[in-house]
Amino acid sequence: MRVIRTSKAAKISIMLATLVLLVLILAPWWAGRADIRLMGELFLYLALASLWNLMAGYAGLVSVGQQAYVGFGGYMLFALTIFAGFPPVVAIVGAGALGALVSVPVALLIFRLRGAYFAIGTWVIAEVFRLSFAQVSALGGGSGSSLPVKIVRSMADGRSEREALSYWLALGIAFCVIAAVYMFLRSRQGLALTAIRDNELAASSLGIDIWRTKFVVYVVASALTAMVGALIFLQKLRISPDAAFSVNDWTAFVIFIVVIGGIGTIEGPIIGTLIFFALRETLADLGTVYLMVLGVVAILIMLRAPKGLWGLVRARFDLELFPLGYRVISDKVKKE
Amino acid sequence: MDWVNVIVQGTLLGGLYALFAAGLSLIFGVMRLVNIAHGDLIIFAAYLGLTVVMTTGLHPILALVFVIPAMALIGYALQVGILNHTLGDDLLPPLLVTFGLSVIIQNSLLEIYTADPQKMDAGVLETASFSLGDLQLGVLPVLTFGIAVVVIASLQWLFYRTALGRAFRAVSDDQDIAQLMGLNRRHIFGLAMALALAVTAIAGILLGIRTSFDPSVGGGRLIFGFEAVIIGGLGNLWGTLAGGVILGVAQTIGAKIDPGWQILAGHVAFLLVLAIRPQGLFPRISG
Repeated sequence: MRVIRTSKAAKISIMLATLVLLVLILAPWWAGRADIRLMGELFLYLALASLWNLMAGYAGLVSVGQQAYVGFGGYMLFALTIFAGFPPVVAIVGAGALGALVSVPVALLIFRLRGAYFAIGTWVIAEVFRLSFAQVSALGGGSGSSLPVKIVRSMADGRSEREALSYWLALGIAFCVIAAVYMFLRSRQGLALTAIRDNELAASSLGIDIWRTKFVVYVVASALTAMVGALIFLQKLRISPDAAFSVNDWTAFVIFIVVIGGIGTIEGPIIGTLIFFALRETLADLGTVYLMVLGVVAILIMLRAPKGLWGLVRARFDLELFPLGYRVISDKVKKE
Repeated sequence: MDWVNVIVQGTLLGGLYALFAAGLSLIFGVMRLVNIAHGDLIIFAAYLGLTVVMTTGLHPILALVFVIPAMALIGYALQVGILNHTLGDDLLPPLLVTFGLSVIIQNSLLEIYTADPQKMDAGVLETASFSLGDLQLGVLPVLTFGIAVVVIASLQWLFYRTALGRAFRAVSDDQDIAQLMGLNRRHIFGLAMALALAVTAIAGILLGIRTSFDPSVGGGRLIFGFEAVIIGGLGNLWGTLAGGVILGVAQTIGAKIDPGWQILAGHVAFLLVLAIRPQGLFPRISG
């Protein structure tokens, strides 16, 4: 009898993933400008989806207010570069640190709400952020502001270099987020989290501090979401309260991505993001109808296949590309 | 006198918020369901009222005769057709399904009625006012508050004095035992949602007379209703009215100081209650 954590599929997928990653890093040399932009956006959505999935799928923190941190990160990028004179890349890290800082008092407040009421509480927080930033006239108030040309130029000399840089940053953060989620879930804390997800009562009787575990997840996810937000608005170069704190753009889409791909799995958000962008590129002309289709698909999946598309694959093939669990292999069976 | 006026106007505004909240409070009390699409259903009812008014030429208040039964039917169908399948120990399905519903309703309204703001014309009712001492009170806000009190008193009576109310309380306490006692919980939940959306119909029509609305404002109404529920305390209908009033007063005081602070002041009042008394002011059940 042996206990292993990996599988043949996982080893193959790691090799494939490394190959894909290399190809993606080289994208500025083989892809067109429009494709680079699209892929950059895709990676940012992938990062948002993975973070929302960590909160909702593993920590039971269903938030409909992550746009609070996307918008906060975006505004901090603008504030730190314009007023403090930070280079954009440093400002992104700063946005993450400030995001963590501001998420602490927020968590202390809204962790008092349970379940679904927690969800709406997060939305209230996002609204408070939106209304507050709309009052800051130095950042353009309700109509927003643009990133000064000087700061944009400071990133890199030419336009294609700048676009390549922001592409790499997007790819980098998506990679870091997925890697961080994966490492976190394989760690002691991750095991505690999985235990809480499966049964809160049993987990707490085993000595797991539920509140603290969820708190750590919330703060880390908020900090990383703020960094993604900073990157999103570094790509857009313009920010306004309505765009920064949009519940549709930064939460509804993200929830659909995770639900369709498979909530509570690392693979789910990846598949969901690919499907979301494929649908968007083919159906975007339909406008509102496209959103209705997304809503219907998400409801059908929640009712018929609550574990999403990856859940269906996993149930059929017992496949795990990111091995989180432990497998017991009996040597006797192997000899036969 | 200025401030007294502000507080009175805020109290009357609170009546509308209590109507937003009553349906939310009711379905949470009966089946522990939080309906994210609640605000969009309010706006949906307003558009339904608008269509009735446009096609029949009825006064918006009289349009309630059509809109209330229509919303109740939709509520029953929604609950039995979709939402009953999501109820269980897991929190995610009802939350995400109602979130999906919210997006579908919003975009359907956008497709049918476009994004242009609409308003219902209620004639003299909109501007009529009377004076009470030094105060000048609008007939519509007073009527709204009166309707809110009547609705909450009726719901209270229905909950504690009728067989249907007993059934609601029974499934709320223990679904399985209520089922053993011969109650069909799926049907009871359907009735509860029908009742909640009937109240939503009233809220939607009154909202549509008071202010202009467009398909995107549903989320904001959900938040106001939710804040009223939490401030008042879960499961207490009179508490919900008090919560609505507190929210309304906070908003009018905020608006008095700076027009940009109206909504923000309401949120701050909510967060203060959450910080000081997280169970709400008059809780009856624990969440």
